[in-house]
Amino acid sequence: MTRLAALLMCSVLAAPALAQELRATGDLGVIVERATGSVLIVDQSERAAIGRVEGLGDLSHASLVFSPDERFAYLFGRDGGLSKIDILTQQVVGRVIQSGNSIGGAISDDGKLIAVANYEPGGVKIFDADTLEELAHIEADGKALGLEDAAGRKFVFSVWDTNETKIVDFSGAEPVVTTLSDIGANPYDALVTDDGRTYIAGLFGEDGLSAIDLWAEVPEVKRILPHYGRGQEEMPVYKMPHLEGWAKAGDQIVLPAVHHHEVLWVDARTLEETGRTAVHSQPVFAMARPGGRHVWVNFAHPENDTIQVIDTMTHEVIGEMVPGPAVLHMEFTSRGTEAWVSVRDENKVVIYDTTTLEPIGEIEVQSPSGIFFTARAHRLGL
Amino acid sequence: MPERLAMTALIAALLALPGAAETISPEKADELRHLLYQDCGSCHGLTRKGGLGSPLTPEAMEGRDRDGLVEIILDGLPGTAMPPWRPLMSEAEAYWIADYLLKDTVQ
Ligand code: HEC
Repeated sequence: MTRLAALLMCSVLAAPALAQELRATGDLGVIVERATGSVLIVDQSERAAIGRVEGLGDLSHASLVFSPDERFAYLFGRDGGLSKIDILTQQVVGRVIQSGNSIGGAISDDGKLIAVANYEPGGVKIFDADTLEELAHIEADGKALGLEDAAGRKFVFSVWDTNETKIVDFSGAEPVVTTLSDIGANPYDALVTDDGRTYIAGLFGEDGLSAIDLWAEVPEVKRILPHYGRGQEEMPVYKMPHLEGWAKAGDQIVLPAVHHHEVLWVDARTLEETGRTAVHSQPVFAMARPGGRHVWVNFAHPENDTIQVIDTMTHEVIGEMVPGPAVLHMEFTSRGTEAWVSVRDENKVVIYDTTTLEPIGEIEVQSPSGIFFTARAHRLGL
Repeated sequence: MPERLAMTALIAALLALPGAAETISPEKADELRHLLYQDCGSCHGLTRKGGLGSPLTPEAMEGRDRDGLVEIILDGLPGTAMPPWRPLMSEAEAYWIADYLLKDTVQ
């Protein structure tokens, strides 16, 4: 009798406490505060910040990936810091300074490996996702960048100085590296399409781009848009464009041009050019909203206060917004209903309704750059 | 005519003294510092330890020629990713940035 009462009492006490503590991560996100070395944890449904994690080093150009359970964020800092953040407890649960200068990372498709691309010393280091113990160092004779995950515990990256792309297959006990020479002059970034099939590298030092079919028995470099850029005046590039896994819009791939104020359209299967859209300035990100109906574009310094929205069927600009000075990044909610936009120099993230293109909310963030929602955990190439 | 001459002389004097020609107001200095940290920082790193661009730390700038730096800033380094900033800034502004980069170095 007393035992039963005690038991009842226990469950009564335990239930509300549990309800309070339980929290799902599916609508959470992490925003990089680049100048203060911190990240803000945000709740998409509440359109609000729910916490801040500090002490993360130089976060200019920082990016992050999520663990498959969407609980941990692996943050890649410019200063070579790799931090593992528990977004529920809002604590740093692991941190290593793994190089002097790094540029981004990736998580393997099985969620077990974290890879980081380094400038100094050049190459890619691979870590155990649980412990951050270093498992391998794939050396390169230059700045490694454009690091992407591919199906089957593979990573693909390119080297700015040596014009190579390396495919690292870590499905066995030791990584096996295949080097493709001649990806083109000065690859500056790359993407893998969301089906995991096509790796595309942007080239700074020559016309066109390069693509690799990762499904091929023997992957080869194929030049695409080879005449792109010829006979046109090169314009100075004050910020390198980014290529991202958000490039696929239906059966097309959308790419920001470099040296030109254009967005390029490529057929996802044939990789032939299907069009160009003249835009406001040097594009930095061209991101297809989930579903691929529209593409949002932001721009390099000094014309970086503006965003344009392009219809993927007509390739026409259908909207233009001016969120404020230094728009650095955009992120869509998982089904594309909202776009969150970081406005660095006004210390805010502005939230847009993607149908009306009207702002519907705002969050105060210190010098925001990258915005990352946890739904990324379940996509290849992000 | 004399006015024209005086004007020409004035312009010549201004051109000869690029560093001092135009004084940089405190507000302008704030803007330039911001530009250096944030927008140069996108290639050179917020702490200027380098990225796609080379390090611009005091150690890296040690013994560097002021005019040489200004030339790089204004005209860029063709064949590399360093863009020319002339379309976006005046010579005086470039001198201010060069001096800022040289500030903590031993010349
Ligand atoms: C788009 C990238 C990019 C941006 C933005 C950029 N730089 Fe550079 N910068 C470079 C690269 C790349 C180099 C190195 C070129 C080389 O020698 O290979 C460089 C080199 C330099 C050098 C010469 C360093 C040396 O040791 O010789 C100076 C000085 C410099 N940059 C200043 C600036 C300043 C000031 C700004 C901002 C107003 C700026 N850069 C913005 C890419 C950039």
